[in-house]
Amino acid sequence: MNWSFETLKRIQTQKGVQGIIIVTAEGIPIRSTLDNASTVQYAGLIQQLVMKARVTVREMDPQNDLTFLRIRSKKNEIMIAPDKDYFLIVIQNPTD
Amino acid sequence: MMASKRPKSTGDKKNDSADSAGSSTELGLPDDIFPLVLTSGTQELFECRVDKDVTRESPYKILRKEEILKDMKTRAAVSDFHPIKQTVLNYPGEELLLMFDRDFTCGQNFYLVLTEESKKRILEPPVSAREDTAEGTSLDSPPCKTPECQPWVSLGSEREIEEESVRDSRPRLKYRISRVRRKFGAPVTFTDCNAQESKDKYTECTSYDDRKFSIERMEITTGVQAVPTLRSISTQTRWTYPRNMCSQYEFREFTEEEKENIANSENFRNFVNSVVSRFEVAAQQNMIFDVFFNDWQALHEEDGIFGGKVETHLKEYQSFTDLHFTKEKTISDINWHPTINGLIAVSVMEKLSSEGKINGSAKLLQNPPLIFFWSFSDPINPQLLLECPDDVLSFQFCPSNPNIIVGGCMNGQVVLWDVSAHADRLQGTRSAAGKATSANECALPAFQDKRELNTPVVRYCAVSGVENGHKARITDVQWLPENFEISKAGIPVENKAHICVQVITCAPDCCVMFWDIRLPRVTTHSLTERKPKVTETPHLNRSDVPNTFKHLDLSWKPFIKVALPKKGTGAEYSPLKFSLRDNINDNQTGGSTETSEQNLEKSEGGTEYALLRASSAKQLKPLEDISTRFYIGTQDGEVVYTDWKMEKDNDSGRLLSTKPSHCFLVHDGFINSVRRSPFFKDIILTVGGWTFAIWKEGVMNGPIIHSSCSPKKCTVGYWSPSRPGLFFIGKEDGNVEVWDLLEKTHEASQTQNLSTTQITCIKPWIVPPKQHFLAVSDHSGTLHILEVPWSLRSPSYNEKSNMAKYFEKEVDRLIFLNKRKEMRAKEKKDKEAEEQKKKMEPKMPEKLEEQIEEENLVHYKTYLAMEKVILKNMGLLSDEEPALN
Repeated sequence: MNWSFETLKRIQTQKGVQGIIIVTAEGIPIRSTLDNASTVQYAGLIQQLVMKARVTVREMDPQNDLTFLRIRSKKNEIMIAPDKDYFLIVIQNPTD
Repeated sequence: MMASKRPKSTGDKKNDSADSAGSSTELGLPDDIFPLVLTSGTQELFECRVDKDVTRESPYKILRKEEILKDMKTRAAVSDFHPIKQTVLNYPGEELLLMFDRDFTCGQNFYLVLTEESKKRILEPPVSAREDTAEGTSLDSPPCKTPECQPWVSLGSEREIEEESVRDSRPRLKYRISRVRRKFGAPVTFTDCNAQESKDKYTECTSYDDRKFSIERMEITTGVQAVPTLRSISTQTRWTYPRNMCSQYEFREFTEEEKENIANSENFRNFVNSVVSRFEVAAQQNMIFDVFFNDWQALHEEDGIFGGKVETHLKEYQSFTDLHFTKEKTISDINWHPTINGLIAVSVMEKLSSEGKINGSAKLLQNPPLIFFWSFSDPINPQLLLECPDDVLSFQFCPSNPNIIVGGCMNGQVVLWDVSAHADRLQGTRSAAGKATSANECALPAFQDKRELNTPVVRYCAVSGVENGHKARITDVQWLPENFEISKAGIPVENKAHICVQVITCAPDCCVMFWDIRLPRVTTHSLTERKPKVTETPHLNRSDVPNTFKHLDLSWKPFIKVALPKKGTGAEYSPLKFSLRDNINDNQTGGSTETSEQNLEKSEGGTEYALLRASSAKQLKPLEDISTRFYIGTQDGEVVYTDWKMEKDNDSGRLLSTKPSHCFLVHDGFINSVRRSPFFKDIILTVGGWTFAIWKEGVMNGPIIHSSCSPKKCTVGYWSPSRPGLFFIGKEDGNVEVWDLLEKTHEASQTQNLSTTQITCIKPWIVPPKQHFLAVSDHSGTLHILEVPWSLRSPSYNEKSNMAKYFEKEVDRLIFLNKRKEMRAKEKKDKEAEEQKKKMEPKMPEKLEEQIEEENLVHYKTYLAMEKVILKNMGLLSDEEPALN
């Protein structure tokens, strides 16, 4: 547990990172650095988006798979790395 | 001939013909022929053999009656003619005609014609074999003849009628029933009787199911309609109907345990490993370079408005002069009203020299100096006039309550006004010029001329005592912001009331004073001090003066006096202007109406200043982040950086002010402006003499920017409220210079002439959303309002950060410069020291020279030896060669 914390800390100390969430494939958060309400909200919404994105990529080419998803908005950037069972969501405030 | 058979009626018609062949009542067959079968024997006998004697063409054969009879006698029943025995006997004629019916139309192959007439008919006129229309021919023979009534011929239909009619089969029976006479008319009692009780009272014939009996409906009369094939089908569909339902859900979450479990699983570990590397790359990418930055759009912002003339000049919006009052007077200070847009207050004072002032002091009572309130809506008549005890050099609106105004006078008094009574009038000045005359108008004896709009004059409601205040003219007055207040020791503490309660003033009498508009705490000493002055001048009793500050009137004292002793010498600095670091009111613009409105609400709730008490310093929390150091500009052109905190003097136990930490003599005239930048808290602009300088707090080496000497004196300076790198400098010749540090630093980026006399004050103001004004007053008493064009009011892209970088560069330059100076000084010193050393050296040289020569010789010898050895080793020198000498 410590070790995973360490790795997450490494990401968190990067400049501009606002929060990190780890969710299962169903959208249930496991670890988070944000408050519960936001975590749960992000988890639910992003899980759907990732599913959609993954399906899109695979439909084009079944050999292909989604590796990284970045959503850039006016205020911040949400980066999602999906895996087989989990995904990691990082919210970052880019160069300002 | 028709061969159809008529159905035999079941009547009792005695027609014997069991022989189907020989029925004479066949339909269609005339009665006069009779089909006959003739055997071949008979045929031979009568010579009517088929196809020999009788053929189709000649089917007749005449037969004698006698022969037929004879045959009948001989063969009796076997004879073929037997059936017609009687007919033959009855035959009138002698000869009978026998016809051959080849086609069996009558049923047999021969037929016998039974009447003479038909015989004739057949024989003589050749009649076709088919005679079926015997009846038909008879019908249409008589054309158009009304039928005559024929007697009824019964054809047997009476029989049916008879069958149908109903007749009594027996005579009808008659019964007579009578009752005994005595029973007639007897009273009858009826009782109810239940039919079900006794079975003998009634009989019933119940219906029963008779097995044997069944009626089968044989004949049904129905109507039939042809319709397309219909099919009835039913399906079950989902019937959705609205139903009130609510569901409550909450997000699925894992318990802590589960989370731990998952986190420790191998899967998770792998996942984190694989994912983290991606993320590091991504996050760093973001930091390195902003991919989504829109360069094109950013470029656009710098350009500004395209097309048309680019306005860079300050446009004159309005100008105010009052011909009555401002003749030969100058404007000393300008202040925009913090909350009401379009309202500006101007303090006017005599511009006489000191001699002239002494001479003209008699006029003072008659023409008391005034502060004018001008509104944009009325350029001719001022909205309000504030009466001052003496020329006011500087004044300020209270930021928390714009109805309170504090001013500093020529004679060292601090004055307070309360214009709450006229607040409505002032508020209404934005619309058409208010014509309502205020109830508080007063006509001072000097003002004889009547005017249409009688501008109210408000008297000051409190002045400080002459002996307690400054000894020289007060040149700068500022309110302390409402978030903190200063305790008696000079420590900034929190301000619980959140209204401005303290004022700072400075005067060339070498002190900076802190005043509190509340009454001091009740202490034992203050009882004697707070005795109201008995000598009440008549104006105190006036009813139109509000009583807000009555508690202070003439007894007002500062609670802190900061002295400014000079370092080294016993003299003191004479401050003219000062600037605090945390004074948020210093650069107030119209944008901050929110906080001031809140404050207005609070104050409208009724803060009774008389009831406020200065709180003890122990009760309030000291604020750490307020800096107690401030900059002062002095009369001699020095910029002094000092602390107002009072220290306890160890010797006397009194609170003494600290000595100023830094002093810079930079300007060559008295300093007339010390202003903090609204964007950078530690950047200060000082204007004095022929130059201006920009300082950074913390950099104590000197000003980071110091302008070159301009040909004319700089009289006033002010930062622009919207652009970090812009400020305005007013000049002696009536020019207003716009300096843009990002554009040019050696000269003004723009100069504009406004009047012929010197500029006395510049104050910018922002009327949200987009109007920026610059109020400029000149020595002749005119107030100009200028509109700041877009190019001067909207900051360029990233201007603030550019300015910050610029200042840092300048600071670095300064530091570098200082270092170089030091280095140079050091070098110089070293050089001098060396020279000194050199000068001292000639005493020793004789001794040393010989020694040096000897040493040189020794060195040379060793060198030679070394050379020899090396050359030997290299094989270049043979042993025999003599050493070089």
